[in-house]
Amino acid sequence: MSQPRAIFRQYQAQESLRSDRSAGDRARHRQKVRKAIRENVADIVAEQPIIGRAGDTIIKISVRGIKEYRFIYGNAKGAGQGDGDTEQGQVVQKGKHKAEGKGGEGGDEEGVDYYETEIMLDELIEIMFEDLELPDMERRKMRETLSERTLKRAGVQRAGNPATLDKKKTLKTLIKRRVAGGTIDADEPSSVRRDDLRYRRRKPKIRHESNAAILCIMDTSGSMDNTKKYLARSFFFLLYQFVRARYRSVEVVFIAHHTEAKEVTEHEFFHKGESGGTKISAGYKKAQEIIAARYHPKIWNLYAFHGSDGDNFHDDNDEMLKCAQELADVCNLFGYGEIKTWGNGLIEVLEKNLKAENFKAVRIDSKEDVWPAFQSLLSKERIRRAVREQGDADAS
Amino acid sequence: MPASLTELATSGDRWTMADLAAWDEKIRVLVDDFGLDCFEQEFEVCDHEQMIGYMAYHGMPAHYPHWSFGKSFERQKTLYNLQLSGLPYEMVINSDPSVAYLMRGNSLCLQILTMAHVYGHNDFFKNNFTFRHTEPKGLLNRVKLHSNRVRDYMTDPSIGLEQVEPVLDACHSLSLQISRNPSVKRLNRGELEARLFKELTKADKPDERAFATALEQPLLEDEEDLLRLLLEHAPDLSDWERDLIGIARADALYFLPQIETKVINEGWASFWHHQIMHALKLPHDIHMEFMVRHHQVIRPTPGDINPYHLGFMTWRKIAKEALGLEDKHDDGGPLPLLGDAAKGVRELMLQIREVDRDTSFLRRFLDEKLARELDIFEYAAQPSGDLVVTNVADQSGWREVKQTLLAQVGMGSMPIIKATKIDVKHGHRLTLSHEADDRELEPENAKQTLKHLYTLWRRPVTLETKVDGKDVAYECDEDGFSVLD
Repeated sequence: MSQPRAIFRQYQAQESLRSDRSAGDRARHRQKVRKAIRENVADIVAEQPIIGRAGDTIIKISVRGIKEYRFIYGNAKGAGQGDGDTEQGQVVQKGKHKAEGKGGEGGDEEGVDYYETEIMLDELIEIMFEDLELPDMERRKMRETLSERTLKRAGVQRAGNPATLDKKKTLKTLIKRRVAGGTIDADEPSSVRRDDLRYRRRKPKIRHESNAAILCIMDTSGSMDNTKKYLARSFFFLLYQFVRARYRSVEVVFIAHHTEAKEVTEHEFFHKGESGGTKISAGYKKAQEIIAARYHPKIWNLYAFHGSDGDNFHDDNDEMLKCAQELADVCNLFGYGEIKTWGNGLIEVLEKNLKAENFKAVRIDSKEDVWPAFQSLLSKERIRRAVREQGDADAS
Repeated sequence: MPASLTELATSGDRWTMADLAAWDEKIRVLVDDFGLDCFEQEFEVCDHEQMIGYMAYHGMPAHYPHWSFGKSFERQKTLYNLQLSGLPYEMVINSDPSVAYLMRGNSLCLQILTMAHVYGHNDFFKNNFTFRHTEPKGLLNRVKLHSNRVRDYMTDPSIGLEQVEPVLDACHSLSLQISRNPSVKRLNRGELEARLFKELTKADKPDERAFATALEQPLLEDEEDLLRLLLEHAPDLSDWERDLIGIARADALYFLPQIETKVINEGWASFWHHQIMHALKLPHDIHMEFMVRHHQVIRPTPGDINPYHLGFMTWRKIAKEALGLEDKHDDGGPLPLLGDAAKGVRELMLQIREVDRDTSFLRRFLDEKLARELDIFEYAAQPSGDLVVTNVADQSGWREVKQTLLAQVGMGSMPIIKATKIDVKHGHRLTLSHEADDRELEPENAKQTLKHLYTLWRRPVTLETKVDGKDVAYECDEDGFSVLD
């Protein structure tokens, strides 16, 4: 036989584990994806629901910019194969034709300009923090949960973590067992059996005052475009992170308003645009309704923030001020953010007429403003807290 | 090695290494009987993760690193995890000895089918004329050496990844702008001058002044190999950059024949696995699985061209005609190609596999009857964005359909772009010209690729092409990209 015997090489599991030669290139590709994400973070965050979702949620996003280019033909004319009875004029593919680029092995064929990838929400948030140039220390604060979660003792249990072993109870059980079995006087040293082990049992202590609710109120008239939504969402998101870090359980309410207000889901909140005029008082009234129905101020720490571009029916201003005052009275913190002001804006009107030290109006024109605006809002929270603690001290 | 053949490849597999060796023995007898002429063959059993890796690196895990392979890996893996694409049954490297991978999760039937198929490719790599310049003997070592040099540049503190990567990015985007026929001899400087002198000689009177002026510019011989152009004429490349360009170009030259012979080569391997599998007298269950698998590979992909199907059917047509077998006697089964009676037919086929590539193969053997049988059609994009059938393979349309098909197989899918002038006197401006047929360049790709070229040429670059039928020049210089009407 002229064809020589073939050589067979058996599968080596170690080989597979040891030599992952693609790891470096995959990491480098991943880096490039991250870079592309960073460059598009405004669009991505504006499009993705991120508030109130767990950090390990995986989200799918489209990124631009890691496509490989070659000289290729553009106008799609080509030959294809049918199933036997293709006729002239038949539509092969509806809609946008795919970009041509069939290069064979060497050519990297990809029709679409977009590259879809998956990313963990935490990673995306990290990138957003980088984008907002959040100082490192603040970033950590945002992530650490300083909640007032405590545990109280609730007896013993037979199984548990060795660290919670209750030695005294365990010995007592051992002695009881030996008394019952009549071996208490025996000479041999006592040995602990598995049955004797007792562990401390703990129950989380529920403290109602550690609940917080965030009321996100936004003007959803047609002028709120993607950039504005990104800015608003960044702000709401920072608020959410801040509040979440301080309270054990946090609920978020989204209220969209134009001339009327309604409670919506996060997706609708950021994606549905309405047209027509704006009546801010409607949004504030809705917030009060929700507070009255679900979040009693005695039990809940309330944070309200209103995002708007500052365009309101002039007639509504008095009503708005009245409602804002009432809202400020029940909330820990009430913020008003004016995003890319339309016309004269309302900041002056609100600042001048509202008698509440827990109110703050901020102006956000670009993403560079988000963090300083947020900080100035927090300074109000600090004052408020100090005042409260002072009040508590006086009372006692 | 022989000792391990008796062991189970891994517990739980439905086959042993000894099974593979035994079937290989039988396949090789048939390979000889059919007259195929192969390199020595090596088979390596791998898992699916490794297979994805081999695919990402075109079968060569020792290949130099670049992020695009990572991207390719991730995409393959996602597709695999979503079960959108089963992995291919075969991955063969064009080297001597030939190396092929067998995926351990595959059934015994798939392993036998893969081995039979691989011998077809092996024979094709060894004998087809387009592969002659690929020097298969040293391939794996060459790839390894190139990889080492690229890694060295990446870790060199005075160069580093940040500088190496843009050069490789640019090389990759230009690498298929390559001479379509590497066996055509290039003229040397003396011959180029002689040719120029002849062009400038009118009525036996040489125009000495024009000749002298022309010699002040570099002489370009319709250069369509843009990486070679950079190597020979780019004004300020450092040594390591030149080396990277050379490495990327060697890669492209290695892939060129594979691109040029996709249809004929896959058709050849499929034709022979079909013959061999039938001649092996497989047990009934394996034979049934083979029939299913074979039809999964050899079936038309509606709306597209499946090279396996097109190639397989064309080879079958050639064999049937040479055997004088009429259609009514063809049941789709194996053809009688064994024995002395079919010697002439086998030799004819072996000769075709030696001298043809996709364009010539289809030009010679795709006739109206076959085009009609395969239901090949021509489509074009309408203003609405829909792709609509513009011609079918009937009596009046099949020639046009065939022309469209010929224009998209092999390197036909890559635009021909030639360097026509380097203006040394005016800032070393490089002028390229796109040889337009009725297809035009995709503008965004043209723009980005020209930018890549500029990062290596580092002097103004002009590309002459057509947009909507009008002459247009794309330019790239230190002020960025611009379009001149």
